Amino acid sequence: MAGLTGRMSTVVKAKVSKLLDKAEDPAETLDYSYQKQVEQLQNVKKGIADVVTAKKRLQMQESGLQQNVVKLDTQARQALAAGNEALAKTALERKNVAQTELQTLDTQVTELEEQQQKLTDSEQKLRAKIESFRTKKEVIKAQYSAAEAQVRISEAATGVGEQMADVGLAMQRAVDKTENMRARADAVSELEAAGTFEDLTQLGGGEDDIDRQLKQLSSAPAVEDDLAKMKAELGSGPQQAAPAPQISAPAPGEEQPGEGGEPAGAEQPGQSGGQE
Amino acid sequence: MIVRISGEGQYRLDDADAPRLDELEGQVVAIVERGSEDGFLDALKGLLDYVRSHGTPLADDELEGSDVILPPSDVSFDEAAKDFTGEGLIPD
Repeated sequence: MAGLTGRMSTVVKAKVSKLLDKAEDPAETLDYSYQKQVEQLQNVKKGIADVVTAKKRLQMQESGLQQNVVKLDTQARQALAAGNEALAKTALERKNVAQTELQTLDTQVTELEEQQQKLTDSEQKLRAKIESFRTKKEVIKAQYSAAEAQVRISEAATGVGEQMADVGLAMQRAVDKTENMRARADAVSELEAAGTFEDLTQLGGGEDDIDRQLKQLSSAPAVEDDLAKMKAELGSGPQQAAPAPQISAPAPGEEQPGEGGEPAGAEQPGQSGGQE
Repeated sequence: MIVRISGEGQYRLDDADAPRLDELEGQVVAIVERGSEDGFLDALKGLLDYVRSHGTPLADDELEGSDVILPPSDVSFDEAAKDFTGEGLIPD
């Protein structure tokens, strides 16, 4: 029998063998081992279900964060339109944090999808091997002497056992991964619970502890970029004192009759600054 | 010679492929031992791709034990480092 002398394959093989249930007496344990195989198959199914649950949890968190991004963006726009640049910046910083989290979640969801696919494939392989074992052991029992049958069945059991052990390892890794992800997801939930993504306009412009933490988390250039872009969109250059008040609905009656409904642009006359 | 890629499946390879496989495996371990992640993924991919391209996949209903078991394709450098160096040789 050929094999590698390599250290890596030796270690991996040792890991698998450790999980492999060595049948003490194949003839006696035959039906027992088949029963164990079927049990293991159930475990794999449960493992897949767990991965799916973890994935769904992350996806829910993702959609929540997506809403927060939209909300914070709107808040930043409103704050800027009202001339409160500091508040706009805070909102954009939080948006930046939320977006970074979103990217991480996205990667994690993709990873879990891969895990799910791999486990599903392994489950199918295992199912096929168990089925093959079931028929093979009957054939062997019928065709061979007891001693010969023992050897052959033991070999076949090794084939199934190795597959079971390998699926077991894969499940263990999947569980570790989802646990790591959960820890991170919990951290995001804490941020949310702390009001990080809540309505900033309620907070006023003051800087709280969260703000200071967020400033470290968020990437400053990205925030500045966002701010500049938003300013350009709002048509209020950095020099311009008067913000264009087009975000909030115009007060009734204050609307200019206009000639044909010009979009509320930055060049509305008669709105010189001075109002905060 | 039967080679299993963990988490993927088993392949039947010619015994004559063993020296090359040994060499490729040695490269991965050498990188891990050096402690720097550079080249790790490429070397691992090279090893696993060699098995995939030179071997024939075993049918799902074939019941054979493997002569060689290799780590899964998504094993991380950290996992590998833990498993294949120093005291990691004795699996927990």
